[in-house]
Amino acid sequence: MAASTDAPPGARTHLPGEPGVWVFILGDMLMFAAFFVVFVYYRRQDVPLFVHSQSTLNQHFGAINTLLMLTSSWFVALAIHSARAHVAKLCSRFFVLAFLCGLGFVVIKFFEYREKIHAGIMLTTNDFYMYYYMFTGLHLMHVLIGMGVLTYLTSIARGGDFQAKNLNVLESGASFWHMVDILWIVLFALLYLMK
Amino acid sequence: MESIFSLKVTPLWIILILATAVSWEFGHGFGFGSHHNYATVAVVLIAFIKVRFVFLDFMELRAAPLPLRLAFESWAVLVGGTIIGLYWPGS
Repeated sequence: MAASTDAPPGARTHLPGEPGVWVFILGDMLMFAAFFVVFVYYRRQDVPLFVHSQSTLNQHFGAINTLLMLTSSWFVALAIHSARAHVAKLCSRFFVLAFLCGLGFVVIKFFEYREKIHAGIMLTTNDFYMYYYMFTGLHLMHVLIGMGVLTYLTSIARGGDFQAKNLNVLESGASFWHMVDILWIVLFALLYLMK
Repeated sequence: MESIFSLKVTPLWIILILATAVSWEFGHGFGFGSHHNYATVAVVLIAFIKVRFVFLDFMELRAAPLPLRLAFESWAVLVGGTIIGLYWPGS
């Protein structure tokens, strides 16, 4: 098994990033798995309430945020390809673009929460909205942390040193950001689209 | 460096965007009429297929050591399967 970060030619396997980061990612994903199951379980107890509450969500905000998350993940994947090709300028630009998508996500979330709060819909309104605020709020924290990570990765990319150690850091941060994307894909399906 | 259009992640990104559009339609009942439960199962399936491809090609688990790849693929199958299993009888 090749444990290095630079995917040597002919290597049969390659672990992108630090093993510890993967343990963290898996732990985080297990926590969200429990949230998803809890949500669907309690939804079953009162389907009309959940369906009615969901109909008051602004689905366009949810859909645009999904497109932003997917696009940011694509930019991050392109940044990693650029780093492996030792193209610093392109690599840092892709990380900046991914960061801007994350920023767009946060801005849209701000308007979405504002719309709800102005309509008097709070965490305590009902079970659906309790889960909505808790899960999207926790995910939003991940987005903000991820944006901090992307800023750090951009500074590494600008340095232009893509030796194994730095590439390992870039891959670790990229994997975290992809996880943030994955969690939103499921949240969008459950909170906004499940009928 | 190769052009971004020749990298595998670019067609995948386009497919993920298209899959989002399709699940949006299913989420609004398209194709299943009043059978919203079939549409929801389609939405969940599409979501977890998207998740699997983000695992494999964005997170690069396709080339990762097998136990790690299996752990994440199992996550997708178990979580997606549990959601559909819990949803179906109550839908």
